[in-house]
Amino acid sequence: MADPMKIRATLKGDLADVRVLMGHPMETGQRKDGAGKPIPLHFIQEVTVKLNGKTVIEGQISQAISRNPVFSFRVKGAKSGDKVEISWLDNKGDTNRTEAAIA
Amino acid sequence: SIADSKDIVIDAPQIAENGAVVPIEISSNLPNTRSIAVLVEKNPFPLVAKFDFHEGAVPFVKINAKMGESSNVRVLAEAGGKYFTAFKEVKVTIGGCGG
Repeated sequence: MADPMKIRATLKGDLADVRVLMGHPMETGQRKDGAGKPIPLHFIQEVTVKLNGKTVIEGQISQAISRNPVFSFRVKGAKSGDKVEISWLDNKGDTNRTEAAIA
Repeated sequence: SIADSKDIVIDAPQIAENGAVVPIEISSNLPNTRSIAVLVEKNPFPLVAKFDFHEGAVPFVKINAKMGESSNVRVLAEAGGKYFTAFKEVKVTIGGCGG
């Protein structure tokens, strides 16, 4: 099971800056292990950002995103205490979802 | 046709020391920006990510991307039913796609 994401959501006026760190190998399928065998493709494909239960951003991402992805997003009309939920789905069907309150 | 736009702002290093983690920040000042796609033209698979922005989202994103070699980082934004584009050249010292 995946570790929870680290989310930091801070308010600037009514704009919330949302920064998220995800733990994921984001293997491109191009790397080889010590024995010379290719390490299979394993990467987050979809990222969803919700504010108070409503989807605001949907991302389709590729294996070209760096290992342990870090993303920053901005949402408007946010207030302190509002809930930001970030979820991801990878190419193996694994998912992760973490929620945080806007500071 | 896709118009070049100065309303797409790409902030990325001129020279990336580590091609495995290249920070790229993108903002679109085009009204009604619905989506932003980020491509690294010389990567084996150029499309790095695409984000759709719904009501309440600001057309802004910061990502860390892998770049195999020096290349243009190209952004395609869809705004008001039309496509616009901008690019920034990023030089890479050590490629980061693996293999």
